Amino acid sequence: MTNEIVKQRLSEKFGEQLAGFDESFGMLAVTAPAEMNMQILQFLHDDEQLKFRFLTDLTAVHYPDRKGEELCIVYHLHNLVDNIRLRLKVYIPIERPDVASATPLFSGANWMERESYDFYGVNFIGHPNLTRILNVDEMDYFPMRKEYAMEDPTRVDKDDEMFGRGGTVA
Amino acid sequence: MSELQKHQQQHITLAEESLQKQTTTLNLGPTHPATHGVFQNILEIDGEKVLDAVPTIGYIHRAFEKIAERRPYYQITPLTDRLNYCSAPINNMGWHMTLEKLIGIKTPKRVDYMRVLVMELARIADHLVCNSVIAVDTGALTAFTYVFQWRELIYEIYEEICGSRLTTNMGRVGGFERNFSEVAWQKINKFLDGFPKVMEEFEALLNRNRIFMERCIGAGPISAERALNYGFTGPNLRAAGVDYDVRVAQPYCSYEDFDFKIPVGTTGDVYDRFMVRNGEIWESFSIVKQAMAKIAQLEKDDPAQKNLFYAPESDHYHFPAKEDVYTKMEALIYHFKMVMGEINVPAGEIYHAVEGANGELGYYLISDGGRSPYRLHFRRPCFIYYQAYPEMIKNGLLSDAVIALSSLNVIAGELDA
Repeated sequence: MTNEIVKQRLSEKFGEQLAGFDESFGMLAVTAPAEMNMQILQFLHDDEQLKFRFLTDLTAVHYPDRKGEELCIVYHLHNLVDNIRLRLKVYIPIERPDVASATPLFSGANWMERESYDFYGVNFIGHPNLTRILNVDEMDYFPMRKEYAMEDPTRVDKDDEMFGRGGTVA
Repeated sequence: MSELQKHQQQHITLAEESLQKQTTTLNLGPTHPATHGVFQNILEIDGEKVLDAVPTIGYIHRAFEKIAERRPYYQITPLTDRLNYCSAPINNMGWHMTLEKLIGIKTPKRVDYMRVLVMELARIADHLVCNSVIAVDTGALTAFTYVFQWRELIYEIYEEICGSRLTTNMGRVGGFERNFSEVAWQKINKFLDGFPKVMEEFEALLNRNRIFMERCIGAGPISAERALNYGFTGPNLRAAGVDYDVRVAQPYCSYEDFDFKIPVGTTGDVYDRFMVRNGEIWESFSIVKQAMAKIAQLEKDDPAQKNLFYAPESDHYHFPAKEDVYTKMEALIYHFKMVMGEINVPAGEIYHAVEGANGELGYYLISDGGRSPYRLHFRRPCFIYYQAYPEMIKNGLLSDAVIALSSLNVIAGELDA
């Protein structure tokens, strides 16, 4: 089993709907439409050849500059039999951050999805208990989104001018 | 009827539904000696039997991932220390290996073996804590006191290598900050000489101890199928019968050069988890021995290797030696630039996993080429185990719930991150 075979099987099944194939650092990555996430996960899980039955990780990333697809949900799957990993990504708009929950397929997705909800506000449809997990329940924002700077934005760690950069030419 | 019972009947009024309900809600934690950390379990119990459990976490959540988005790469190392603080060097080196992979640095064999040596010592220390604490939770304190002297020696070895004991901040991109001192090698040899005898004693005390076995066998079980569905890895998965180990499946740090077995259980109960960890301690011990022999061989073949403690090609990312910083201008400038986070790491997206003492510890890093990660996510094994905990203790006894928790080796720092 190789990345090439996985790519081929996926392309055969879903054709043009999959994009963004990438193989950097040896791991195959693929981007799919958000509404198809469960369909693809199910196929990866059930297919006799692919056997991606282990959900290693599930998390989210915020890209404020990608208009209409600001939030990215990243699934890391593992085929333990052939020992091959796969990264599946789906992008969703921040105005309507809805994506189907993977809990019917993987019990382990439960807390990972709660974490992504807690940090990024991703609304996993069909999740049995989509509540905050690490932060307090009273919080009314999603802290890992890039819209929240870490510290006082006016704080200056170092003055670039003193280091020969960013200064003006006299 | 006694006087007391009469008094109770006359004066105590119970809530309306309490007699029909016949169960008790019990808070196990957040700060309970049996939880070994700050997390809560709200148990619904019927007498001694656990009917349901709701775990609550987040009491020591430190926002690692958010903080990492602002810090230069070297300042993230101390954050990783505080994940699984029982085996901090593994977390450190996992992080550095992720960076090295992203940058494209290939470490020399001697550095790899030194890393393997430290990581396996960390695994032994972690398993010693976990297994001896399972015994403490069943009421047996002796074994704990036996093995802790040897964890102490492992901490002394860390101290010789890097100057600190618990949260070590050990390692640098490309290898180590400095070479191991002569005393460090001596202490490792002392450990290799003395440890087997104590470990044998530890096993003799517990492995076939009737009381210990009665308490552990059948407690908190999970099947291989359920464990995989939950995403279990490490000793907890192997105890259920799946021989998945990142060191073998996707070798890193020259693990392919070492000869070791993967202990596997069958039932996935507390006793199997205990036995798998014991087996792993022996395997790790053997790996440490092999690493010592390999390093000695390398030095014998080429005496110049003795001074090789980081990859020469990583110079750009490696802190200059302290004596150079104090005496050479170039080194001082470089040191300053690194501390100020002037050294950028190439753009890229990477997932790198190491076999932590607790299971697959993964780093998912997205770099945009800046001084800090664009996004850093830790795949922490404890987080995965603990969500399966209610399922594992349902229909068991309350006392089983306590040892099931310690056998999962849930570390609060890693759980909350």
